[in-house]
Amino acid sequence: MLRYALKRGFSLIISLAVASLVIFFVIEIAPGDPASFMLGINAEPDTVAALRAELGLDQGKLQRYLAWVGGMLQGDFGMSYTYRTPVAGMIADRMWVSLPLALYALALSTLIAFPAGIYAAARRGKAGDMAVMGATQLGVAVPNFWFAMILVLVFAINLRWFGAGGFAGWDDGLGTALHSLTLPAIALALPQAAILARVMRSALLDILGEDFMRTARAKGLTRRQALWRHGLRNAMIPVLTIIGLQFSFLLAGAIIIEQVFFLPGLGRLVFQAISSRDLIVVESVVMILVFAVITVNFLVDLAYALVDPRLRSRT
Amino acid sequence: MTLLDITNLSLRIGTHEILKEVSLSVEAGEIVAITGESGSGKSMTAFSAMGLLPETATTSGGISLSGTDLLAQSEAQMCDLRGQAIGMVFQEPMTALNPVKTIGDQVMETILIHKALPPDQARARARELLDRVGLSADRFPLGRFPHELSGGQRQRVVIAMAIALRPKLLIADEPTTALDVTTQAQILELLRDLVREFDMGLMIITHDLAVVADLADRIVVMRHGEVVETGATQTLLHNMQHPYTKMLFAASNHQVTLPEPPAPSPLLEVKGAVRDYPLPRKNLFAKPEHFRAVKDVSFTLYRGERLGLVGESGCGKSTLTRAILGLEPLQSGEICLDGMAITTTQNPEIRRRMQVVFQDPFGSFNPRHRVDRLITEPFYTLIAPPTGSARSDLIAETLRAVGLQPEDAQKYVHQFSGGQRQRIAIARALITRPELILFDEAVSALDVSVRAQILDLLADLCEAYGLSYLFISHDLSVVRTITDRCLVMQKGEIVEAAATEEIFATPKHPYTRALIAAAPQLPELDQGVA
Amino acid sequence: MTRNLILGTGLSSLVVLAALVSFIWTPFDHTAMDIPAKLQQPNGTHWLGTDHFGRDIFSMIMVGARTSIAVALVAVGIGMGLGVPLGLAAAANKGSWLDEIIMRGNDLVFAFPSLVIAILITAIFGAGAINAIAAIGIFNIPVFARITRGAALSLWEREFILAARVAGKGAARISGEHILPNIANLLIVQGTIQFSLGILAEAGLSYVGLGAQPPTPSWGRMLADAQTMVSFAPHLALIPGSAIVITVLGLNLMGDGLRDWLDPKLRLAR
Repeated sequence: MLRYALKRGFSLIISLAVASLVIFFVIEIAPGDPASFMLGINAEPDTVAALRAELGLDQGKLQRYLAWVGGMLQGDFGMSYTYRTPVAGMIADRMWVSLPLALYALALSTLIAFPAGIYAAARRGKAGDMAVMGATQLGVAVPNFWFAMILVLVFAINLRWFGAGGFAGWDDGLGTALHSLTLPAIALALPQAAILARVMRSALLDILGEDFMRTARAKGLTRRQALWRHGLRNAMIPVLTIIGLQFSFLLAGAIIIEQVFFLPGLGRLVFQAISSRDLIVVESVVMILVFAVITVNFLVDLAYALVDPRLRSRT
Repeated sequence: MTLLDITNLSLRIGTHEILKEVSLSVEAGEIVAITGESGSGKSMTAFSAMGLLPETATTSGGISLSGTDLLAQSEAQMCDLRGQAIGMVFQEPMTALNPVKTIGDQVMETILIHKALPPDQARARARELLDRVGLSADRFPLGRFPHELSGGQRQRVVIAMAIALRPKLLIADEPTTALDVTTQAQILELLRDLVREFDMGLMIITHDLAVVADLADRIVVMRHGEVVETGATQTLLHNMQHPYTKMLFAASNHQVTLPEPPAPSPLLEVKGAVRDYPLPRKNLFAKPEHFRAVKDVSFTLYRGERLGLVGESGCGKSTLTRAILGLEPLQSGEICLDGMAITTTQNPEIRRRMQVVFQDPFGSFNPRHRVDRLITEPFYTLIAPPTGSARSDLIAETLRAVGLQPEDAQKYVHQFSGGQRQRIAIARALITRPELILFDEAVSALDVSVRAQILDLLADLCEAYGLSYLFISHDLSVVRTITDRCLVMQKGEIVEAAATEEIFATPKHPYTRALIAAAPQLPELDQGVA
Repeated sequence: MTRNLILGTGLSSLVVLAALVSFIWTPFDHTAMDIPAKLQQPNGTHWLGTDHFGRDIFSMIMVGARTSIAVALVAVGIGMGLGVPLGLAAAANKGSWLDEIIMRGNDLVFAFPSLVIAILITAIFGAGAINAIAAIGIFNIPVFARITRGAALSLWEREFILAARVAGKGAARISGEHILPNIANLLIVQGTIQFSLGILAEAGLSYVGLGAQPPTPSWGRMLADAQTMVSFAPHLALIPGSAIVITVLGLNLMGDGLRDWLDPKLRLAR
């Protein structure tokens, strides 16, 4: 198990390194010089050169890449070209809106999808299955940000159960913060739950056809006992793959849905940074997002090993 | 009272009539073998007794277990009986166990689900059971997972689960079909012992008549969902009534006469062949280790010779076959056909001299192509493949040679039965008149009656075309009749090579002796064999 | 289950038809503003009402269908065009450095959600429909590469492929002649699924301003415009959203139906 974890950990580091290289060099192709952009068109060449030196832009590409990565490892993301404040500070607060939102949505989606998928699989072909499958067919087709707008219309504007937007912050306690993230999390979670429930159902149905399920029935287990004791854990293997993929969709979704709820997350920061060509902020936010996706998939890899003993012994 | 009494059982699934008026019985302490070819309904008879039929199945007639009418039991009552009164062992030990649960938990589950013992005692009982089926505590602790066990060991675990509560009736559905002969002998021995020890009734389903003759007290022969003949083993063997029974036993022991091979002149020469597979690295910096599947193998196949290659699964015979076909590289040594070295690079000179027939009559063909396109695939190796009427004449001639019709050229493979597909595979191997054909378990997936026909076809083709072939098989009885000389392979090495009759009459290597001893033999049948 | 196929094909054809008809006819010019007629509810003249500039929503929806379909279709084309050959090559050279590079490359692209790719592209080249196509298309490449490799690998183990190899056929020829035709159904089904996901992704990207720019109409941007008016003119949000749902639902039903119709044993991660 430890060996497996170390191996996955090693490939996690490689993935992060390669991803950072890609991000850095893609941003490098962007036209325009950040220093002249910051100082405006009327700036003296000397001043521009001085700022270039200050930002380290006069150094070689490889050196600047290493400095960027080295800085990030110590929590230093450089200076914003637009605001001339540390990028780390700008990201820190907003990150704690976007990431919790995505995780909250992931938890909700799993909580909804598991029972729905298991229920549908257990009642295969019956009315309950048809109803769940019909609902998920619709759920898969709904864009989450539009669903979010509908939720705002119904629950915030008409029923006034929730605020129409904004974020209370974490200082007023977990309850208040989660309350303001609940509508966005539901909007994100339901369409993903629809996908996950379908995967759960089909994974279980696949398992029902396996030989060992027949063995279980021959021991005297009822259909339901066999499903719970032998089906579920085996079905987790494909389901975990989808959960890993979903996190990346949820994170992207969180960034879009922040616009609906006026949440001060990474989304607003990055879209502003794009329009003001504050490339170092874009670069940093993208790196954070990719970091989160790669890390969650690493955790999913570890979860695989917990479910499947064959992975633990194979290294 | 009769332990299991099946009377006039009929079964249909949808509009398909699976079983027709089947009647048979099993007494306590008795081994009853149900045998027949595929589609005979023998497995469905077993599943009917377990009450594990598809939901769409409808039954009539009666199945009673010690007087309890099983067909009248509710699902909950059947759950109580399964595992407790009836145990079952399945064909595929590799998939019959849940891969994510330990063997201990899976054996204990039978005990716990019926609340027969409290958990701590159930654990001790599971240990005893595993010991009883031959899995000792030091090598097979309860915490082992199925993937850490071999097929035979897994089958022992399945047996332990089935007998955990000492059921009165044990049903075994082709329990040794997926196993090697030496493992098969051990598992059959275990089942026989358990029957005597527990005074269980055993209903064993198998297509292998040698196993039937060897093990059973009574035999039930089925065909197309009907019982055609039943009787005590010795009586039935020596006084078969039904022509189908006679045909079945005759086909199982089918002999063919091969023409005399010509004077030896080397065709295929294998010299010191070594094939390694890299194993997954233990850690990132360790050198990758290798598994040596073929170890320094040398032999010669002569022109016009029919050479056999036998061995159990994992002995390296498939790897060697692939190396001869030039599908995998050798790490050292050399394989030459007619003096030319075979390599993995595409050398049409060699390709056109060699063809292959595989085991699986269903997987051997692209389902989207017609027969004419399928069997002419080897034309790709020819410099000037025949065209127009020469091509269609050759297709027609080849199809006729393998016992099919020229009109079959326009059909798709799904329109043919397994035996016919194997004929198409032979046609494909034959069409370019190669100097060497490899038969890789080419008759292993076929029913005995079909197998006998294909063996006849091969003998005829030897007569007509003077074939040279390498016949790779795990089935000793087939190799015995269809080859002139035979190689025995064990753990990547050829341990014995001699004329086929000599190997079977006076085996020299201990492994060859063990192999021949383990293979169940049909008794010499003095009469009634058509 | 051909009911799915009929319903799905019907809904999808409706949307495609609307997009095609919009080239020659729409009830109104979709860019024509008519401020006095602004924010009308659906009525006899404006079948789906008007927006805050008095533009006819039905016309905008018709023209918007073009954008959605074009973006998603080209993105599927990119994904298939590059992903399928990569997957075939990886499967044909299983375990080689080529397979390793292709699969690691796939993993890397999977770490970049299409939104993140869109952010990067927009940061460099500025916003536009082409960026949305590129972002979704790049994300589709590993999807198709993976599914192709997986299906092709199991075929490579089949005996009819071994027979073709024994006949001396090379990997490229076998991939084209035996592998591709046998996985075509799978790819068609996955294609409809990625097409529907592409419609959703395009809507999301134009909603946050990374997709099609004005005056090119798009459903996502119509939703972004509607957002501030949702309390007093909910139809502005309901109509484009429903258009997306109908399109995606139709495509998904069609995909499911196709899968059942082409091969009941076909398994997809969905």
